[in-house]
Amino acid sequence: MPKEVFIIWLVAKIILILLVFIGLLLTIAFLIYAERKLIAFMQSRIGPNRVGPIGLLQPFADITKLFLKEDLTPAGADRFLFILAPCISVFTAFMAFAIIPFGRDLIIHNVRIPLQITNLNVGVLYLLAIFAINVYGIVLAGWSSNSKYSFFGGMRSCAQMISYELPLGLSMVGVLLLSHSLSLRSIVAAQSRHWFILMQFPAFIVFLISSIAETNRAPFDFPEAETELVAGYHTEYSSFKFAMFFMAEYASMITFSALAVTLFFGGWLGPSFFPPFIWFLLKVAAMLFFFIWLRATYPRLRYDKLMMFQWKVLLPFSLIWILITGAMII
Amino acid sequence: MVNTETERDTMILNVGPQHPSTHGVLRVVLELDGEIVVNSNTVIGYLHTGMEKTIESERYVQAITIVDRMDYLSCFFNEIGYILAVEKLLGIEVPERVKFMRIILCELQRIASHLVWLGTHALELGAMSVMLYTFRERELILELFEMCSGYRMNSGYMRVGGFYLDFPDGFIDRLKNFINVFPSKINEYETLLTKNIIWKERTVGLGVLSAEDAINFGVSGPLLRASGVKWDIRTAHPYSGYELFEFDVPVGTHGDVYDRYLVRMEEMRQSLRIISQAVKNLPSGPVNVVDRPDIILPPKRNAELGMEEMIHHFKIVSAGFPVPEGETYVAVESARGELGFYLVSDGGNKPYRLKVRTPSFANLQALPLMLKGIMISDVIAVIASIDIVLGDVDR
Repeated sequence: MPKEVFIIWLVAKIILILLVFIGLLLTIAFLIYAERKLIAFMQSRIGPNRVGPIGLLQPFADITKLFLKEDLTPAGADRFLFILAPCISVFTAFMAFAIIPFGRDLIIHNVRIPLQITNLNVGVLYLLAIFAINVYGIVLAGWSSNSKYSFFGGMRSCAQMISYELPLGLSMVGVLLLSHSLSLRSIVAAQSRHWFILMQFPAFIVFLISSIAETNRAPFDFPEAETELVAGYHTEYSSFKFAMFFMAEYASMITFSALAVTLFFGGWLGPSFFPPFIWFLLKVAAMLFFFIWLRATYPRLRYDKLMMFQWKVLLPFSLIWILITGAMII
Repeated sequence: MVNTETERDTMILNVGPQHPSTHGVLRVVLELDGEIVVNSNTVIGYLHTGMEKTIESERYVQAITIVDRMDYLSCFFNEIGYILAVEKLLGIEVPERVKFMRIILCELQRIASHLVWLGTHALELGAMSVMLYTFRERELILELFEMCSGYRMNSGYMRVGGFYLDFPDGFIDRLKNFINVFPSKINEYETLLTKNIIWKERTVGLGVLSAEDAINFGVSGPLLRASGVKWDIRTAHPYSGYELFEFDVPVGTHGDVYDRYLVRMEEMRQSLRIISQAVKNLPSGPVNVVDRPDIILPPKRNAELGMEEMIHHFKIVSAGFPVPEGETYVAVESARGELGFYLVSDGGNKPYRLKVRTPSFANLQALPLMLKGIMISDVIAVIASIDIVLGDVDR
């Protein structure tokens, strides 16, 4: 690679990383605002409207407030793990987003810049690995807090997230069979004629259920079921460490939405009246709306019943679906 | 040799008194094996304010304010129960209009109380929207209460011998409006919950209380009826003219949390039926016993103008009225069950003793039985299904 090209590539990459990072942070902030506002409308309330015009600055007020809170560590907590846990959560939530493609390639001075931080050829496997590490954040938080409620939250999430990784992985297999690639970029490219949701609708349902369970969102939010476990694994966390868990939850929501869009809804592909990037954002927003809508509608399931559902229904079903997909391709 | 069955380690988890879903300050100590409850111990008394003792040093009228605050979510049941007890000792028979007005208020209160129960119950199982919908309709009822008494809760509207003031102008119109609007709202809650798979998964077959156990524990109200016992004081021992009304007493079959939910939902519909009958047939006439000037305050206008009336007014307000010596027990069907008032009078102007048999206290006793062998998540659902008010338990 000539030196000049390398420099352009490097600068573009650094700018891209910064943009994605800041963009993700801002999205998290406004996702929290959007969730509060949307749920408020669904519940015939007004929602935040004090800070800034129609409450738009509410997320920044919340973040400032969390920064100013006292950072408590409970007596008897394992201090190292107690600090490490939120770091793992945030780290993995952001890392997962690194391989999501969100637009067509840019050409700057004859240098091709893909709109994706990195295009791993084992993309899907990388994602599954990252999700597996994500469990540690919650389990360690529950374990190190030295509190019974946190402990229960940690145990629940351990069981729930590890079990749901199986159907999550299996639900992607159909897509991989159709696209002949693990790279998310090739998966998007393979959907240029029709989206995979048309052929893989059952797999999409499995993916959706698993991703709700993986992100600990309602109606599967057992690790932090506030009416049972106070706040579950982050009961003892305060100040910025709590904010980190909060950010991680919303970041993984965004990641899973982006992933669903990439795998099943053709990523950034769409009719040309919008640029590809806008298509990507719109699709992700629609998925996020679905997550929020679900939270406002459904009661919480019981966690052992969710496990039962996973092992007895979801897992056999996704295995059978892989066979059917295989048969279809042959 | 170690017996693995009995030597398993259990864990003690303290739920409450500060916990998001213990309905106030209930404390439950759970002995857990994993997430399964092995044993449980209910600790009460965190809201004990000695109301029964306080009443002994207050005059009969002042006690209304205090009984109001026992079961703060359904004050009119406390008022009517207490007042019926005093009236029984005084030997007063109130006019028909008073009876009908009391029934309207009580049934509105039952709906308001059940709405709070439904909202919190659903919220505790994670369906948070239902809570906001039920509180929206509860607001309509509280506005009606505010119209007639000036207070939204703990209104102190009922008096011994009737009412001080009649329903204000426009009250009946708003009430009719509520009667028209509310059935569609109950259906709205039901679309969210009754056939919801998750809701049924969480409540069907949970916290079963057999009819026999329920009777042995002295459980009453919707909890008892959900267990299949058709016992409602409104029909078993009608008071305040309930015998004039047509309504059904919904009864469950399994005695689980889901049946309690169904029973209470149906009770709201039946309450609405009673209210519409009462509004339709509301007799006109005085709103208190006019022939008992020793108890009833003269109209305020007269007390301001006439000397005699002013002295009369002052005498009742400052010295109260004596109640003949004797003792009595009056029970009413509150939103939570049998609410009984055992009143002893020594002939003075203050109660000698007032013992309140509160439904929440008796119903709560059955909790450890229902909690045995279920999971933590379900503990919350069972507590919510009893519909306790800690003010009612501790007094």
